[in-house]
Amino acid sequence: MSVQRNDWSLQRKGIIDQERHKERVRDAIKKNLGSIVSNESIILSDGKKTVKVPMRSLDEYKFRYDHQKKKQVGQGDGNSKVGDVIAREGSKQGQGQGKGQAGNNSGQDFYETEVDIDEIAALIFEDLSLPYLKEKAKQEVPAKTTKFTEIRRSGVMSNLDKRRSILENIRRNAREAGSAKIGNFKKEDLRFKTWEEDIRYESNAVVISMMDVSGSMGEFKKYIARSFYFWMVRFLKTKYDNVKIVFISHHTEAKEVNEEQFFTQGESGGTVVSSAYKLALEIIKERFPPKDWNIYPFHFSDGDNYYSDNDEAVRLADELIKTCNLFGYGEIGEEGASSYRRSSGALLSLYKDHLKNKDRFIGVRIDDKEDVYPALKEFFGKRGEKV
Amino acid sequence: MVDREVKALEEALEKIWEIALYNGLDPFPVRFEIVPATVMYEVGSYALPGRYSHWTFGKAYHKMKTMYDFGLSKIYEVVINTNPSYAFLLETNSLLQNKLVIAHVLGHADFFKNNAYFSKTNRRMIDEVSAHSQRISEYEFQYGRKTVEHFLDAVLSIEEHIDPNFFIKKYEDEKTNKGNNKSAKPGRYDDLFNLEQQAKAKIDEKNKEKNKDKGKKDKKREKNPLLPEKDLLYFIMKNSPTLEPWQRDIMSMIHQEMEYFVPQMQTKIMNEGWASFWHARIMRELDLSDDEHIEFANLHSSVVSPHKNQLNPYYLGYKIFEDIEKRWDSPTEEEKRVFGRKGGEGRAKIFEVRELDNDISFLRNYLTRELCEELDLFVFELQDDEWTISEKKWEKVRDTLVANMTNFGCPYIEVTDDDYNGNRELYLNHRYEGVELDLKYARKVLEYVQQLWGRTVHLETVNDDDSKILHYDGEEHKED
Repeated sequence: MSVQRNDWSLQRKGIIDQERHKERVRDAIKKNLGSIVSNESIILSDGKKTVKVPMRSLDEYKFRYDHQKKKQVGQGDGNSKVGDVIAREGSKQGQGQGKGQAGNNSGQDFYETEVDIDEIAALIFEDLSLPYLKEKAKQEVPAKTTKFTEIRRSGVMSNLDKRRSILENIRRNAREAGSAKIGNFKKEDLRFKTWEEDIRYESNAVVISMMDVSGSMGEFKKYIARSFYFWMVRFLKTKYDNVKIVFISHHTEAKEVNEEQFFTQGESGGTVVSSAYKLALEIIKERFPPKDWNIYPFHFSDGDNYYSDNDEAVRLADELIKTCNLFGYGEIGEEGASSYRRSSGALLSLYKDHLKNKDRFIGVRIDDKEDVYPALKEFFGKRGEKV
Repeated sequence: MVDREVKALEEALEKIWEIALYNGLDPFPVRFEIVPATVMYEVGSYALPGRYSHWTFGKAYHKMKTMYDFGLSKIYEVVINTNPSYAFLLETNSLLQNKLVIAHVLGHADFFKNNAYFSKTNRRMIDEVSAHSQRISEYEFQYGRKTVEHFLDAVLSIEEHIDPNFFIKKYEDEKTNKGNNKSAKPGRYDDLFNLEQQAKAKIDEKNKEKNKDKGKKDKKREKNPLLPEKDLLYFIMKNSPTLEPWQRDIMSMIHQEMEYFVPQMQTKIMNEGWASFWHARIMRELDLSDDEHIEFANLHSSVVSPHKNQLNPYYLGYKIFEDIEKRWDSPTEEEKRVFGRKGGEGRAKIFEVRELDNDISFLRNYLTRELCEELDLFVFELQDDEWTISEKKWEKVRDTLVANMTNFGCPYIEVTDDDYNGNRELYLNHRYEGVELDLKYARKVLEYVQQLWGRTVHLETVNDDDSKILHYDGEEHKED
């Protein structure tokens, strides 16, 4: 029988295994990027740093009963009657689990975990880049690197140049004590590296984001386009310091808008796709001459173009492709509809059949939230690096 | 906690110990350790200090610690079933909280020592699990952390499926093995000494081959006479065609740890009820100041209070023990006549119950109609989208409780064939008793079992009143 107090400050087991759990969460995120990319809580996060994401794979699977088909025992306050409703499914306060035993009657299918948006972004952007980026005459995209250029007698310890310091020490020992040995370090022996920021200019790039905001673009479709552009803008801003982004929204007419308007405005009306392309071509001509700029137009639409405009749209798309590095077109279907149920005059099939320059065209069909991540990879996957 | 408080606690401990012994408790000696919250929650999430590493413990730890940090829940004590017992006290506990916790802990230590279901547990389990932990971390070093972790994932998915009466079988094994084990250590000349036997074995083998051809014709195979087997963990460890020695070793370690934990799973209500019963009695006999009395009353009522609509195992066990004592102390005329109770036997009776029963027999024998009504217990189930009270008859309540506790709340799964289709496939059977399996989970566990067994696995169960068999061959799930 005794009471003890020991020093437990070095006990770290729980924390170490917590780290292992976090690692599992990261792995699971990687596997579930497809659904996370289009998760509402992220796209609508409004600048929050972390979001809760439902995860499937972190359950500890056991043989267990279907809790919905199980009778359980509860305890009332003395007045319970047969027929009383004590909870609704989903917010159930079931039988007390006591302590120790793993919960075997939880109705939760998902394990909610809090993740850092930046962490997800890093995972998503890991393999993405601007494809077919070329050297252009005028370079405007600055990329910072640091270069160690000079040696000084004072500086930050972490930048200590060990080799030079030892040399100085030997030299001084030789001078003062007559033998060239290491030891008896003095402050005057130390040498530090210093660096300079080296700004290299990379080729200029501009991304022209076009979005269909016509009446037929319902909630779901707008959401898809929005989540794609959410990640695209984030991606461009993290990876490239100075990529210019132009936003164009269109229905029967196109106009250039700012980022906020692009993501928030809702409009209605018909669809004339060529109007957007025409505007894009004008902007390119005026502000981003192809000899100085890498140009990446992207366009999201439901493909429901006015029939009479289709030929013009194809013609202008071809023209657009001639001026740019890569033209990406995403066609968004009805929620849940499989790809064979598409409307007759859909642009994607027209482009696929009639475009003259198909090698720089990427067309993607999106029917489901899960398709956004593959689309991102399709558009920004590593390719054409030798070109 | 300052030294002065530790001293006060030691004095209190002496008094509490005295009162406990005077009342007939017979606990293991207990070593109390005052620890910070991080350590408390670590011990709590691993159930034993020094166990092997796995992300599931990290997950539990993180959850418990977060709940504590947000003030949502607090563990006052953790007590370990060893001799001597170890008890951990949270360093932020007040002196009175610690007094109550110490009295509570002595109840647990008495239960560990005297309840029949604990009689086979390893009382030096802390040493055992730290040896396990070391072995597992050596395997991690040798075979890679991820490899070991994924293997543990699979093993842990069936860890509850062991046989609580495993020790009975173990003795049989030892008996039959005794003859073989008599031989000395293997030496380099063994093969020379055994020449005769080897020759005999060769002849046997030849005969066998001859017989094989015969056997093929009538294709009838003998079923493993040891089946059905409820102990999935043991059976797969022994008989899996694919596992490496280190993997079998890990399975045997997990099996040992589960053997140790099973009695706690079988006696949760009793164990907590017994400890709560005794902390209440001992605290009453302790010389408390007025302030302390109020603090005690508050704390005690929070420990045994029912949460909204939820059953509190502490409370249920506590009430049953109080009720038993009362009924045997002053039996009704009818009880005197029918059962021959003399009265005044309450104390002796509760000690008998704490020695012989487990949760199932405890509830079946001692949960009375009066208690069910007093505690306002009810059965509830899902009707459409609402959890609705469906039954208040006390027999139904009791039977539902007992049913939910059977096999410690896990579905009863057994191996019925280890050579299914004549192809060494594993056939599992769920003994359906009215509640269906969560099929999504079952499929996932089948994937793990397939990984352990190395060949196709099958699981027979009942779904929508119809027999259903799940199959998994390592690539895709099928069912019929």
